[in-house]
Amino acid sequence: MKRVYSGFMKALSEGKFVFTGEIEPKKTTKLDGIIWAANVLKSHVVACNVTDNPRARAYLSSLVASYVIQKEAGLETICHMTVRDRNRLALISDLLGASALGIRNVLVISGDHTTGGDNPGAMPVYDLDSTQFVQMVRGMVDNGIDLNGNPIDGEVRLHVGVVGNPNADPLEVEICKVERKINAGAEFIQTQIVFDVERAKRFLKDLNSSIPVLVGIFPCKSHRIAEFIANKIPGISVPKDYIEGLRRAEYPGNVSESRNKIDMVNVEYFSNFIKELKKTTKAAGIHIMTMGYESIVGKIADGLLDGTR
Amino acid sequence: MIITKSKPKEVVLRSLEDSKKVFIVGCGTCATLCQTGGEEQVEEMANFLRERSVGKVVVETPCDIRVLKRDLSPHFGIIESADAILALCCGSGAQAISEFTGKIVVPGLDTLFVGETERIGRFYERCRACGDCIIHETAGVCPIVRCAKGLLNGPCGGMANGKCEAGGHTRDCAWVLIYTRLKELGMLKEFMKVRTVRDWSKKAEPQELKTR
Repeated sequence: MKRVYSGFMKALSEGKFVFTGEIEPKKTTKLDGIIWAANVLKSHVVACNVTDNPRARAYLSSLVASYVIQKEAGLETICHMTVRDRNRLALISDLLGASALGIRNVLVISGDHTTGGDNPGAMPVYDLDSTQFVQMVRGMVDNGIDLNGNPIDGEVRLHVGVVGNPNADPLEVEICKVERKINAGAEFIQTQIVFDVERAKRFLKDLNSSIPVLVGIFPCKSHRIAEFIANKIPGISVPKDYIEGLRRAEYPGNVSESRNKIDMVNVEYFSNFIKELKKTTKAAGIHIMTMGYESIVGKIADGLLDGTR
Repeated sequence: MIITKSKPKEVVLRSLEDSKKVFIVGCGTCATLCQTGGEEQVEEMANFLRERSVGKVVVETPCDIRVLKRDLSPHFGIIESADAILALCCGSGAQAISEFTGKIVVPGLDTLFVGETERIGRFYERCRACGDCIIHETAGVCPIVRCAKGLLNGPCGGMANGKCEAGGHTRDCAWVLIYTRLKELGMLKEFMKVRTVRDWSKKAEPQELKTR
């Protein structure tokens, strides 16, 4: 039996249905925003993901942000590490640093391509891919060696997770790829955001994962955001009824009434979504992406926390 | 084949700012096929440079020192008097010319990639000369060059509807191509294989091959 280093993995190993949140550090030197967001999230989630240069934008370091969130807000983190920006030397270095600083979970991500980011002239690294990153972490944690077999002084205490995409088309390629990452030694999966519960169910069924899967959701703050995702992000389908519900909830001129109604639409939609997953699948939990809409997390999660899967 | 593209004329002119006498060298192989450094393009460049052009020649393969020596030797006198050589060939050829003549060489082309030709004017990058070919495992599709991230265990999360995120979902995802072809060939076992990290040390220094 593998050792458990984090509260997140402990909850999963005990079979609890867990919620995780997500914080995105920005292009800033200020830390108050991430600490504030962590304080909003912390009573509702077991851990929060901290993004690493999402959409290939150069932002405050995920490792630094993860450390600050854990220290200042007392919320456990799942530190994202993309293989886009660092070669194996830098990744090993960051993993050692993460473990030394008490970060216990990392999520490896290929990373959106540099050409779509805010410094499109950057050289994309991709020295490793996410599967190879998982193998590397396994060597470090299980055998105390780096990628080239060099011994590490001190224990590396980390859990490594990977991403799966229920929206992928063709899905069978995605399923095979995620299986390959599991075979390489991944310990948990967090999925890309999905709105269509049937897609989430199909992904979970086809994958039939031997490791816990947290399904990613993204409650939208407005119908425009939902429409943007539906129209501009290839591959993600957003049900028309949900977008329509958000649209109807928006009252121009009455901000607080509007916010309440939008919250209600999201709570209803995603509560049903989550209940359905709990009833019909082996989903281990839900990963809630918010991007500035942290207040919704408690409203969705608290009503569904019953301590069991 | 080495695929090249002509530099814009104004860029070439800027690079030749200080050169009053220019000798033009074309390439009879790859750049001729790309229509960037053949007889026609060399002639056109000579007309463009007018009196600054003091001579020109299309070398069969300028990247081969032996051929270069053979084809340039009738022009030695005039090359000697030139301020610069304008090379309408790939970077390898341009450096061979520089090395061989000792003159300043101005590149007239940009070297793009090792490619496949569909027809003249349509070329596709198909090999990055990584030094460790594995296309027998990937159904003949090279993931190093055809996956925008060069992943050995793809696809990545940026694939949507079988297309690659880089370039805005217009190009086929290499790993979906690989999967589809492997499936057709009954070789999905190869897809499931975890490919371990590459040894890039071989590519970390300028490479030389000396077999004798």
